[in-house]
Formats: sequence, C-alpha cells, structure tokens
Amino acid sequence: MMDLQTLTYIIVGATFALYIGIAIWARAGSTQEFYVAGGGVSPLANGMATAADWMSAASFISMAGLISFMGYDGSVYLMGWTGGYVLLALCLAPYLRKFGKFTVPDFIGDRYYSQTARTVAVICAILISFTYVAGQMRGVGVVFSRFLEVDITTGVIIGMAVVFFYAVLGGMKGITYTQVAQYCVLIFAYMVPAIFISIMITGHVLPQTGLGATLLDGSGMHLLDRLDGLSAELGFAAYTEGTKSTADVFAITAALMVGTAGLPHVIVRFFTVPRVKDARISAGWALVFIMILYTTAPAIGAFARYNMIDTINGPDAQGTLVAEAPTWIKNWEKTGLIKHEDKNGDGRMFYSGDERNEMTIDRDIMVLANPEIAQLPDWVIALVAAGGIAAALSTAAGLLLVISTSISHDLLKRNLMPKITDKQELLAARLAAAVAIIVAGYLGINPPGFVAEVVAFAFGLAAASFFPAIILGIFYKKMNKEGAIAGMLAGITFTVGYILYFKGIFITPFAENKPENWLFGISPEGIGTVGMLVNFVVAFAVSKVTKEVPQEVQDIVEQIRYPKGAGAAQAH
Amino acid sequence: MAFQSNELAKAYWRENISLMLKLLAVWFAVSFAAGILFVDQLNMVQFFGFKLGFWFAQQGSIYTFVLLIFVYVIKMNALDRKYDVHED
Repeated sequence: MMDLQTLTYIIVGATFALYIGIAIWARAGSTQEFYVAGGGVSPLANGMATAADWMSAASFISMAGLISFMGYDGSVYLMGWTGGYVLLALCLAPYLRKFGKFTVPDFIGDRYYSQTARTVAVICAILISFTYVAGQMRGVGVVFSRFLEVDITTGVIIGMAVVFFYAVLGGMKGITYTQVAQYCVLIFAYMVPAIFISIMITGHVLPQTGLGATLLDGSGMHLLDRLDGLSAELGFAAYTEGTKSTADVFAITAALMVGTAGLPHVIVRFFTVPRVKDARISAGWALVFIMILYTTAPAIGAFARYNMIDTINGPDAQGTLVAEAPTWIKNWEKTGLIKHEDKNGDGRMFYSGDERNEMTIDRDIMVLANPEIAQLPDWVIALVAAGGIAAALSTAAGLLLVISTSISHDLLKRNLMPKITDKQELLAARLAAAVAIIVAGYLGINPPGFVAEVVAFAFGLAAASFFPAIILGIFYKKMNKEGAIAGMLAGITFTVGYILYFKGIFITPFAENKPENWLFGISPEGIGTVGMLVNFVVAFAVSKVTKEVPQEVQDIVEQIRYPKGAGAAQAH
Repeated sequence: MAFQSNELAKAYWRENISLMLKLLAVWFAVSFAAGILFVDQLNMVQFFGFKLGFWFAQQGSIYTFVLLIFVYVIKMNALDRKYDVHED
C-alpha cells in the first residue's frame, strides 16, 4: 500500500503531464490563435473552459468553508458568482461577439472612438487581472505545501513553470483545451468526497438533496434544523438566517453579479466561438458546469460544519479529550491553520461562538480537510489536492492571457506601435505573458498583506467601470465618449475611494470598518453596486451636455444588435 | 443592411428587449426578491426539508439562472430566423 504523499505525487504529476501534452498539441501559430483560439472553439468546450477559468482557488478551496462559517450570509457568493452569467448571456456576450474584436479595451476604445477610453480600460483590465492572479498563485502554493510537503516558494515555482509552458506556448488555444481537462479534474475531485459524505450523513447520493434531508444518526432531524439548534446552543447566529443586514446582502450580491459580467477574463471567452449563436449558448453551458459545483458547495459547507462540531465537541457536547483527537486535527495543527488553547484546563477541546470557545479554525481548510474529517480513502485526498491545483492554474492562465493581450495588443499594437507585424505582436504577447507569470509568482511568494481585500477591489472595479460602459455602448446609441469616460472615472474613483476609506490598502483607514459608519449600511464588499449607479448617472448627465455621437459609430451599434454577418474576430 | 426595412429592424430590437426584460424580471425575482428581500417570509414555508427562502438563496436561484439562459437561447434563435437575421 502506497502512502498518501506518493499517491498525491502520482495523481498531481499525471494531471500535469496531461496539461503539458495538450499544450504541445494546441500550439498557437498566429495572434488570432493566441488571443481567441482562432475563433473556432465549440460552444460546449468553450462552456467547460469558461467554467474552469471562472472557478478559481477561491471557489474550489474557500467558498464552501466560507458558507460553512457564514450560513445564510454565504448565499451572496452563490447567487453573486452565478447570477452574473445571466447578465452576460442576455446583455453582453452576443453583442460583443458580433462586434468581433479581441479584447474588452478594443470594444471600449472603438465604440467610444477614443484612445483615452481605451487607455482607461487597459489600466482597469491589467489592475483587475493582477490582483486576481496573485491570489491564484498563492492557492497553488498552499495546496503544494500541505499535500506535497514542499515549502510554499517551491510550490509556487512549480506552478509558474507549468502555467508558463502552456500559456506562453499555446495562448488562448492551449489554455482553452487545457481548461477543458482541468474542469474534468476539478469537478471530479469536488464531487467524489461530497457524494461520499452526503451518503454517510444523510443517505442521499446527491449532496444537493442531502442538504435538506434528515440525519442518519437516529434523531430523525433535518440537517439544517439540527445546525440551527447547534448554533443556538453554542452561541452562533442561526445557520439559515445569518447576521448581515438585508441592504448589505443585496448590495454585495449585486456587486458580485455585475462584477462577474464585467470581468475581462470572463468576457474574452465569448470571443473564441465561431458565431453569435454560439456565444449565447456557451454562456448557458458555462453556467451548467458552474452550477454543478455551486449547488454542491452549500451542502459541503453544512456537512463540514456538522461533522466538525460533532468531532470536536463530541456526541455528548462535552468536548473531546485532546489525547483522543482525530488525526485530521493533529495534521492541520502542524500547518497552524487549527489551534487549540485549553482555557479551562479540562484537557478537552470545545468549539463555540461564546466565551467557552477554545478553538481557532481557518475557514480555508474545510474543503481540503473534509475528506480527512470524513475518513475517506487516501486516493480521494490526493484527488482533492489535484483538483485544487487545477482550479488555481486554470484561472491563473486565463488571467495571464488578459494581461499579455492588454500589453501586446491594446497597448502596443493599438496605441504605441501600430506598425508591428503579426509575428512581432505574437512575440510581444509571449514575452508579456512570461513577464506577467514572473510578477504573479513573486506576488504569490511575497503576498501583499491585502490579497483578500483586493478581491473586493477587483469586483468593485469591474462593476463600477466596465459593466456600465459596455451596457451603455450596446443599448444606448447616444452615449458618447465624454459620457463614457466621465462615467468610468467617476465610478472607479467613488469605489476605490470608499474601499480605501474603510480598508486603507496603502494608507491608514480613515474610519473603522463597521456597519454604523457605512453609507446606507453597505460594506466595502458591496459598494461596487453604488459605484455602478454613480457611473450610469454621471455618464447620462455628461452625455446630455456634450457633442453627439458620430453617425458611423451609431451605425456600428446598429450592426452589433443582430447576428447576421458575424465573421471571425478581427484585429481591425 | 440585413433587414428589409427600418421598421423591421426596430421591431426585431423591440422584441429582443422585451424578451430580455421579461427574463431579467424572473432573474431578479428568484435571487433578489425570493433569496434576499422576502427571505424571512418565505422561510415560514417548508420545502423538501428546506426553509423556502433559504433554498432559493442557496439552490433554487442557481437552477433558475441556468433555465433562463436556455430559454433565451431558444427564443432568440427563433426570433433571428423570423426576421431572417440568423447566421448560416
């Protein structure tokens, strides 16, 4: 029998070999293949790749853990990170595909006939993508260090090498087909332990119905009622009710939805399919593949919470003796992500939401520790490690492509050096990707203290800048460049200002980050929603008092509103 | 010009917008209304072991989102054909 570490090396190694094999097979020969995979990806494959691109280390590793600790409040992530796809499919993807360019700044620059608008968009795209990618490389490092027992630096460097290979060589084409494989790895790794645990706790094969089912412990109680009961006994807020205000839950959900629809690495996926029709349906397929994980996550969260309280506090709720602690607690104590302090000196562990509590538990470990908590076989644990790495790598690759495209295409070709040939532009794209990987790796090894805070930034920025500019560009012919630029700048300034005011990323915060101080009771996580409204209002006001949109631009807007005549994505 | 006349182009766009708004109304209803604004009222109702509002917030809204996109795709493909602006 092999030990866990050897098994993990074999499974993770096999998936790496697969990704590299695909990269060699799908090399990119032109900028068109590098940027949009030649525009020839089938909608089903594109949907799968989009799902892998979208579901990052945060979705795979952190989300179920967050829900486990937040209960109902965790719904903001579930609805926010899926509802954006409805906006994408109905309001953005088909029209942007018909427009037929390579990047989001391409659209903004051409629709608003302005280099200034293009430059604002490029800066936003690069900023959003870098903040995201640093977190992904960090995720790779964490998984490596726990399961392969190398240090985080070595883990990040191995991850960088693999991404370097397939992103630089294959561009969008290599990334797309690798992501299809990564989706299969990550969804299998997510579902296997979830199904095992669902059967153990409720007897239901589907975790989605197991979440609402009765427990098999003989009590005949529903899992969710039991969790509400435990929460009350232990001094937590009721699991199915949460603690955030309605206004804040509303605003965060809206900011995440709109932010999703405005993220450049998501939007660019819809340039890779052959027809407008395919852009619509591939958003649908993407959401089907995302749904499988996102409807399982709340079940994993609830199972994990129930299991965790049960093992730590024991069946009689008196606490488990430290000497009899299960091995998963000992394993994770070594990483410092679980801590026990015997406050009352009774030699037992106890977990609660009041002064009796003796445990510090990091939310991020719930998915990774879940197979160990449920005592599943070693191959399942190894699989989860491979799944976590697949999730992080696929998202990192998609983001790196946006960064490299922004530099080689939007900044060089369309701005600074319009005369470069296709070959030179391709070389520039590869160099930019290589540099971006090194910077991302550096950020992964030396994470700025604010990675978690910056995620709110990325969504807020996308919601307050790109989303209104694109929507108005499609649905409001009379929106001119002055309005769009003023709107984007106002939206970004407001959102960034609000986040800095409470979180102070490079500066000391001006005010304490608590509900009493917030505008309309909306936290910095949800402020992108208000930023978006600011953008819309300013854009309208400015467009009313400035010059009208040129007729040829209005004609372009007419043309993107119906599918007929959509060719492959063009550089010009 | 892909349309026979300006009137047809306008009619196509009107039908497109009306479909989009109807679907977005459902999108809003299952997430923001059922999952957030009226969650406490719906939680009074039991639904296969879930409180209904909680179910919408963590399960039902997501299933509905998927359905909405597929309904949109089918209806839009039909609309494109009706106005003869579909791709080959």
